[in-house]
Amino acid sequence: MRMRTGALVAGSAAIALVLSACGSGGDDKKPSTGESTAGVTGFNAATKGVVNPSDKKGGTLKLVNHSDADSWDPVRAYYAWVWNFQKGYYVRTLLTNASKPGEDGLKLEPDLAEKLPEITDGGKTYTFKLKAGVKFEDGSPITSKDIKYGIERVFAQDILSGGPTYIVDVLDQDQKYPGPYKDTDPDKLGLKSIQTPDDTTIVFKLKEPLSDFNYLLAMPGAGPVQKAKDTGDKYGDKPVSTGPYKFQSFDPGKKLTLVRNENWDPKTDTIRKALPDQIDLTIGTAVEEIDNQLLAGDVDIDTAQTGVQQGAQPKILLEADKKANADTPTTGFIRYFSINTKVPPFDNIHCRKAVQYATDKVTMQTARGGADAGGDIAVNMLPPNIAGHDPALDPYNTKSGKPQIDKAKEELAACGKKDGFDTVIATRNAGKEPKTAEALQAALKNVGINARLDPTDASLYFRSTIGAPSNTHAKGYGLMMAGWGADFPTGYGFLSILVDGRTISQSGNNNYAELNNSEVNSLIDKAKAETDPKKAADIWGQINKVVMDEAVMVPFVYDKALNYRNPRLTNVFVTEYYGMYDFASLGVTK
Amino acid sequence: MINYILRRLVTAVALLVAVSAVTFLIFFAIPKAAGADPAQMYVGKSATPRDVEATRVKLGLDQPIYIQYGRFLKGIVAGRDYNNGPSVTHCSAPCFGYSFRTDREVWPLLIDRLPVTVSLALGAAVIWLLFGVAGGVISALRRGSIADRTAMIIALAGVSLPIYFTGLVAQQLFVHTWNIFEGGEYVNFKDDPAGWANKLFLAWVTLALLFAAQYTRLTRAQMLETMSEDYVRTARAKGLKERVVVGKHAMRSVLTPIVTIFGLDLGGLLGGAILTESVFSLPGIGRLSIDAVNVKDLPIILGVTLFGAFFIVIANLLVDLLYAVIDPRVRLS
Repeated sequence: MRMRTGALVAGSAAIALVLSACGSGGDDKKPSTGESTAGVTGFNAATKGVVNPSDKKGGTLKLVNHSDADSWDPVRAYYAWVWNFQKGYYVRTLLTNASKPGEDGLKLEPDLAEKLPEITDGGKTYTFKLKAGVKFEDGSPITSKDIKYGIERVFAQDILSGGPTYIVDVLDQDQKYPGPYKDTDPDKLGLKSIQTPDDTTIVFKLKEPLSDFNYLLAMPGAGPVQKAKDTGDKYGDKPVSTGPYKFQSFDPGKKLTLVRNENWDPKTDTIRKALPDQIDLTIGTAVEEIDNQLLAGDVDIDTAQTGVQQGAQPKILLEADKKANADTPTTGFIRYFSINTKVPPFDNIHCRKAVQYATDKVTMQTARGGADAGGDIAVNMLPPNIAGHDPALDPYNTKSGKPQIDKAKEELAACGKKDGFDTVIATRNAGKEPKTAEALQAALKNVGINARLDPTDASLYFRSTIGAPSNTHAKGYGLMMAGWGADFPTGYGFLSILVDGRTISQSGNNNYAELNNSEVNSLIDKAKAETDPKKAADIWGQINKVVMDEAVMVPFVYDKALNYRNPRLTNVFVTEYYGMYDFASLGVTK
Repeated sequence: MINYILRRLVTAVALLVAVSAVTFLIFFAIPKAAGADPAQMYVGKSATPRDVEATRVKLGLDQPIYIQYGRFLKGIVAGRDYNNGPSVTHCSAPCFGYSFRTDREVWPLLIDRLPVTVSLALGAAVIWLLFGVAGGVISALRRGSIADRTAMIIALAGVSLPIYFTGLVAQQLFVHTWNIFEGGEYVNFKDDPAGWANKLFLAWVTLALLFAAQYTRLTRAQMLETMSEDYVRTARAKGLKERVVVGKHAMRSVLTPIVTIFGLDLGGLLGGAILTESVFSLPGIGRLSIDAVNVKDLPIILGVTLFGAFFIVIANLLVDLLYAVIDPRVRLS
């Protein structure tokens, strides 16, 4: 799960209601490709097209963030904004997401590769040819061996922990490859599943077909690294650039300055505009001060992209001139809670359905900040940016968000718990989640379900608190608050880890409901092997339906964030790939 | 006097070792005893048990707690070697270890942040001493007057209003509404002294307001008590001017508790003013510590704690020495 950071302050109901009343709420309009070049203005314009289109180069882009990156080493980073930043400025990969507004931005395009891979051997062999003229910042040519070495670094989890490890799961193939630092191969290129027959060809051998494999190669962690320049766990302090900018200076926790990389050849790059001459990222500014600086025009965007604080929301939404510079993109995150099928009485589907009907999604949405700052009411487990999303799939008729008390009571009776029952809600003790859990608790009380809240520390919440089935059983967690964002925008990237019954593990488990449905499992296998994206999306739609019918998860909000952009910015649009402004495209007018 | 100083130095070192042991136990032993696995906090979301184990070994968390503590102390005295992947790096003494999150050495991070915290603490200290003590003296000498009541109201407000309120209001008014001071990032004194003062002034005043209040009240109470002492009456009876009675005789007595509390306050602040640094976006030790707490970066939290303890112990030592200068009876005891 890619992560979002930022100090999110729990919203008061009153302000949230005001905001939801002022905002556009559930605007489902999808941008079409044609709108991308016309130039659009106004509130939410950057979610529909390009604001201030321009190719003018020069100036300094002023970025700000309350927190530093989790790591600037592409292998160790997991924050969504850091991936967006790396992709935009200093990490190129074989393929990357297209820098385009709308659904086109979800597609992958060749970056270091000449073209999309040649896929042979029934979907098990991926062959890429590298573009000519691609170089590191020191002028050395990027070779297939550098790409292989970069990917091998992901395997060195003992030294380079923190980032995603999908590629290890796919490419290790029982070799138990320890990573390049413990590699006995003299060239430190001992991973067998990647072959480099020459400097411009790289071949990936998979054990079984995986139609989303390209997305794994588009993660910044799959970018090239020179063995001679690899400084191990210090690499993040000064990574070697392959993109249009390079690190000029980095003061941890304070400031990062990027300047143009003279060895980046724009002729080899159709993705990045590279408009500003310099990019300054100021780190550590207080969250309220960030909003003040944004509204004063002193900085251009907050790279956290988690939305302005509650105090700044009215200033934006109630003032037309400010509102015209704001957007509320769907971030790609879903807020939901899991219903534990192993904790009675939720082993009975009717008790799970009773919760589905009793849930008041409107009050939960309000607790998250209302329609603009919180998000749209969610009706199923695939958010709008994932192929296969179907807004009509609403088996419990929850589009309005209002609870259906009578239906809930019918299901309680069918479950044999006519008068309700007691259960426990697990929740993190920070951010908006406690308030959201309280809203759920209040709604359930209306049908006789007495839920006790158990708030716990956020740091180990997903890994140990609700990620360890033994703990959820012992603590009697019937309902578990959760949030989820895909590492890459496909059904596999989003849903499989949440619902595949074969991936239930004793620690770090993501299938909190412990759903192990044979139909779901076999459909996942089918979808993974399906090479036609449209057909794969259909299968994920089917999986989504089965999961919803099982009533094991209750989605309540597709996250939105109220983000502000400095009017001096050019080429502003929201990339659906990350659910935030496309950093690679931004320019400044002065 | 030499013996006295040596005695105090030995006590200070022993105290720091005790603080380090207790802090280490709190951060490394208690979570483990409670069943939490610190290694789990430093791996990726999708890490396998093998990855968790590898991280545990890398961070040294697989060793018994006494060995971990021994290594930590050895690092402070003699430095340590760390495997960073392609090579081994030496962390020179005083080595407080590496950040579990970023793999950066803790000691250079602390030293890097120290000038900001020192700038904040000293600037604020000058203001609060100046206004706090002066306010207290005036209040005491003009007891019941408008000046006294005004000073006491400001003191009460200063103590009552939290920094995250006064700081935000001050920034909103003086930076964003009236544009009297500049916002933006902190600048070093040596790069731009005027910009440095501009950025820090509001933080100084806000922090000083909190402390000045205490000093005003303390000085007032102390001065009132002193002014009723027999020796003050004697001084007056000798015909000394009131300025001399207050400035030379009474103030000497008033200063003793002021010096004590000042040492503790300054020492505490040098260990990081978390709220002030956070509200004013100052990259000092306080901000470093709160950032570390947010991501559970134990070595940095440990380093900041010891750093803060060091300053408090040193400040106490200096206070004790000053006592000895002010009051010779202390040396004899």
